[in-house]
Amino acid sequence: MQRVGVFVCHCGHNIGSVVDVEKVVEYAKQLENVAVADHNLYSCSEEGLGSIKKSIRENKLDVVVVAACTPRTHEPLFRRACEQAGVNKYLFEFVNIREHCSWIHAKEKEAATEKAKRLIAMGVAKASLLTPQKEGEASVIPVAAVIGGGIAGLTAAASLVSQGIETHVIEKEARLGGLLNNISVIGPEFVETEPLIRRLKEDLERSPQAHIHLESRIVELGGFIGNFDIKIAEGAKTTDFKVGAIIVATGGRELEPTNVYGFGKIPTVITQMELEKRLAGGAAPSSAIFIQCVECRQPGREYCSRICCNVTLKNALRIIRSNPNARVTVLHRDIMSYGTTAERLYREASESGVSFMRYGLESPPKISEKEDGASVEVFDETLNENIGISGEIVVLATPIISQEGTAETAKLLKVPADKNGFFLEAHVKLRPVEFATDGVFICGSARWPSHVTECIAQGLAAAAKAAIPIRGGKVVIEAITAEVDVERCAACGNCVLACPYEAIEMTVIDGKRCAKVNEAQCKGCGTCVAACPNDAMQQKGFTTRQLGAMIDALIKNCKEEAVE
Amino acid sequence: MKENVVVIGAGIAGIQASLDLADMGFSVHLIEKTPSIGGHMAQLDKTFPTNDCSMCILSPKMIMCAEHENITLHTYSEVDSIAGDFPRFKVGIREKARYIDLNRCTGCGDCVAKCPSKVPSEFEEGLSIRKAIYLPFPQAVPRKMTIDAENCRKIKDNKCGVCLKVCQAGAVDYDQKGRIVELDAAVIVIATGFDLMDATALPQFGYGICKDVVSSMQFERILSASGPTGGHLVRPSDDKEPVNLAFVQCVGSRDAKNHLYCSSVCCMYATKESILATEHAPDVKITIFYMDMRAVGKGFQEFVQRAKKSHGVRYVRSRPAKVQQANGDNGVLVSYETPGMTGEPVSEEYDMLILCPALLPSSSTREIAKMLDMELDDDGFFRTPDIRYPTDSSKKGILICGFSGAPMDIPDSVSQASGVAARTAELLSGGDR
Repeated sequence: MQRVGVFVCHCGHNIGSVVDVEKVVEYAKQLENVAVADHNLYSCSEEGLGSIKKSIRENKLDVVVVAACTPRTHEPLFRRACEQAGVNKYLFEFVNIREHCSWIHAKEKEAATEKAKRLIAMGVAKASLLTPQKEGEASVIPVAAVIGGGIAGLTAAASLVSQGIETHVIEKEARLGGLLNNISVIGPEFVETEPLIRRLKEDLERSPQAHIHLESRIVELGGFIGNFDIKIAEGAKTTDFKVGAIIVATGGRELEPTNVYGFGKIPTVITQMELEKRLAGGAAPSSAIFIQCVECRQPGREYCSRICCNVTLKNALRIIRSNPNARVTVLHRDIMSYGTTAERLYREASESGVSFMRYGLESPPKISEKEDGASVEVFDETLNENIGISGEIVVLATPIISQEGTAETAKLLKVPADKNGFFLEAHVKLRPVEFATDGVFICGSARWPSHVTECIAQGLAAAAKAAIPIRGGKVVIEAITAEVDVERCAACGNCVLACPYEAIEMTVIDGKRCAKVNEAQCKGCGTCVAACPNDAMQQKGFTTRQLGAMIDALIKNCKEEAVE
Repeated sequence: MKENVVVIGAGIAGIQASLDLADMGFSVHLIEKTPSIGGHMAQLDKTFPTNDCSMCILSPKMIMCAEHENITLHTYSEVDSIAGDFPRFKVGIREKARYIDLNRCTGCGDCVAKCPSKVPSEFEEGLSIRKAIYLPFPQAVPRKMTIDAENCRKIKDNKCGVCLKVCQAGAVDYDQKGRIVELDAAVIVIATGFDLMDATALPQFGYGICKDVVSSMQFERILSASGPTGGHLVRPSDDKEPVNLAFVQCVGSRDAKNHLYCSSVCCMYATKESILATEHAPDVKITIFYMDMRAVGKGFQEFVQRAKKSHGVRYVRSRPAKVQQANGDNGVLVSYETPGMTGEPVSEEYDMLILCPALLPSSSTREIAKMLDMELDDDGFFRTPDIRYPTDSSKKGILICGFSGAPMDIPDSVSQASGVAARTAELLSGGDR
C-alpha cells in the first residue's frame, strides 16, 4: 500500500477565501491510502516547501499530492521538493484547486469546497497508482542556427560566434541586413545603419565558426532540442547540417497600403519606406504630411505597430534639419514615443516647428491630388473644425506586419503564431524570447514590431538562451512519454499518423512489426494514446488504469454524497 | 574555475539575469538592498495584458534563485565599494546586520506576533503596518526575519527583548554586526530598477493632502488579494467601496518642470488596474486622464479596447490642473479642461483618485554611478552609449539591464536581462567584436 501525503494550499486569500481548506484537509485525511493531510498558507514559499519535505521524511511518504494553484508554473517546484526529500519526482500529483475551484467558482464557496474535495479524491486515487519515472539525457550538438539575417538575427549570430559557438545563418535574400538595407539612419539618435550592419557582417565573415547561407530557406526540419536536423535549399543546391538550438529572426515587413488615402493613384502619396529611400538619396521635400496608424488600430487590424511614430518623428526631423523652412505636419491618433530618447525626439520635433494634429478613427483625413503634391482635409480636434493642408508629399505610416512565409516556418518548427501572424512566445511576460518548444527561440520583429535597439537586445537574449544548452552539453529529456505495449500493438500505424511531433515510427521487435516511440522527440501530448484502437499505446503517468481510478473515485464521491 | 558575476538589484531584471548567467555556468552573487528578492514585481497584483497573477509567475523564479547551485544571495546588502577594471573587479558587499541568525531562523513568525513595535509596511506602501521584526511579505526569499534596528525597542533603548524570548530556534541576536564581504568579479551587472516619484512634491494633485488620493502602487496593493484590504476595493478615508474613481497619467513625467521622459508602462498598468477594479466592484465607474494612450506591445490595444467596451472605462485626454478635497474628509474634486482649443473648465467629483507618478531611476543609481565613475544620461538613467550593445554601459565589463537603463516593461526588462548573460559570455570567452 502506498503512503500518500496530501498538502492543501491556501495561496493566501487566493484559495483560502473561497475554499474551506481545513474542511478539505479533514476530508482528505479519511481517503484510502492517505497517511497524512495538511495545509499551508503558501505551499510554494520556502516555509511551505520545507514543511512538505519534513512531512515526507517524518511520515515516510511514498507519494505526494499538492492541491494548489496550477501545475503550469508550480509543478517543477514541488517535484523538486519531492526529489530533495528522497521521493521520485514523478511520484507527485498536482491538483489544481485555485483555477478549477476558487477562481472559477469564487461566488459559490460551498460548491467550490465540494469540488476541491472531489478533485483531491481523484488525485489521491491516481497518485496511489503512480510509478517512478526516470528522465533521460541527450547530448547537445554544439552548433546553432539562426533563421533570418536582419539586425536581430545578425546580432544573435555574432554573439553566439563571439561566445565560441559555431553558427549557421540562413537568409532568404541575396544579402544580409534585412529591413535596414533600405533604411539609412535610425532614430532616436540618428545612427547610420550601414556601419552597424557592415560590422556585424564582417564579424561573421571573418570567423571560421560562422556559416552564412544566402538565398536559402529551410526545406526540411526534424529532431528536437540538442539534436535538430536541418536541410536547406541554398540557391540551386541543398545542404544538410545538425544543430543543437534554433533562433527564429525572420523579421517583419511594411504593410503596403491597400487602396487608401489615394495610394497608388496619387503619385505623391508614398510609404514610409519610399520616403526612407528618398531621404537617403538626399532629396528632402519642402513640405510633407505624415498620416499615422494607416490601416492599423482599427477593426480588422487592432494592434499598434510600436515603431511607426518614432520613425515619423525621425523623418520629420530629417526633413526639417535639411530644410529648416520645410512645413511638416503629423496627423496622428496618439504619439507613441515611449521612454526617454524618443520622448525627447517628440519634444524636439514640436519645438522645431513640426505640427502635430490629432484625428479620430471616425473622421480620417481626406486626400486629393494637387498640381504640386496633394492636399489633405482633416477635422482638427483642437479647433473643432475641418482644415485643409497641402504638402509636396503625403507619407503613409503603415504598420509592420508579419513576415511572408511565417505560417510555413511555424509549421516546420512546430511553433505557434498569434492572431496577427507574429510568432507566439512561450509567455508574453516572462519568456519573451522562448518558444514553448524546447531549443527554439525567437527575437526581433518576427515576434512583435520592435525598434532596432530592442531587436538587438532580443537578439542577444535569444543568443543567451540558445547558448545555455550548448554550453551545458546535455539536456534532460522529459520522462512523461508514450510507450508501446508490443504484445498488443497491431502495427496499424494510426499513432504514426496522429503524432504531431513525428516521434513514432514502425519497427520490428523480435520479428514482430510494431510501433516505436522516440522518447527524446516525444512531448507526452497523448494524441497517440487516443488514436490507438488496441490500448497498446500508454502514456507514462497517465495510464488507462490511473485515469480509470480517477473516474472511479469521482463516481464514488458523488454516490456518497447522494446517500448523504 | 567558474568566473564570478555580481548582479546588483534583485527585481525581475536582476533575477532573470542571475538565472541565465547561472545556467551558463557562471558563479553569480545577487545583491539586494531589501530583506527579500523580488523587487516591484512582487508588489503587483496582476500583470498586463493577460492579467496573470504577478506573484504566481514571479515566485517560482525567486525560489529558483535561492536554490540554484550557482547563485549566492546577498539580501539586506548593499554595494560598499567597487575597484578595479574588467575582468578583475573587486567588490565589497556590505551585509547589513539583520539581528537574525539566518541559519537558525525558520521563518515561523512567532516573534512577529509578539513584537510590540508597529511600523508602516514598505511592501504595502504604508497602507498597513508591519512589526520591527518582520518578513516583508509571505513569499519572501529568503524566508527569514529581519529586525529593523531603527524601530526595535531593544536595540534602540535596551527595552523589550520579547522576540529573543519567544524564538524557539534561538535565531535572534541583538549584538549581530554588519560585515563586509570582499569578492572578485569578472563582470558586474546593474539592475537597480526604479522608484516611484514622491507625488507630495506636486501639491496640485492632492497627494498627502486629500486622504483619498493614492499612488498607483498603493492601488495595486489595494487590489491585491493578499494586500492590506484583502483585495476589497475600498478608499482610505472611510473604508467604503468607491463608486467613481479616476486615474491621472503622467504625474511628474512628460513635464518640462519635472521629468521630461515617458515612464513607458503607466498607460498599460492604469488600464489593467481599471479592469481589475471593475472586476472587484462591478458597478464602479472609472475615468483615466491621459495625454497619449501608449499601448504599443503585444495585445495592448486590444486590452485598452476591452477596458473601454467591456469595463466601461472612460478615457479623457486632459491633464487635471487641480485636485482638492471634495466635501469633508472623503473624495476629491478634480478640475481639468476638456480637450481642444475651446476647452471648457470642468470640475468633477470622484470618490478616489489614483496618481501614476513618474518612475525614477532608483535611489541607488547615483551612488553606484559615482562609485564606478559611470555616466548617466540626461534623464538620470545609466547611459548605454553603443547602439550595438544596448546593455553595455560606458565602462567595459559593467552591464545594465531593465529600468536602470531606461523605462521599460517586464518583457523588455527580461529580454535585456537575458541579453546581459550573452554579453557576459562574449566578454569572458575573449570573443572580440
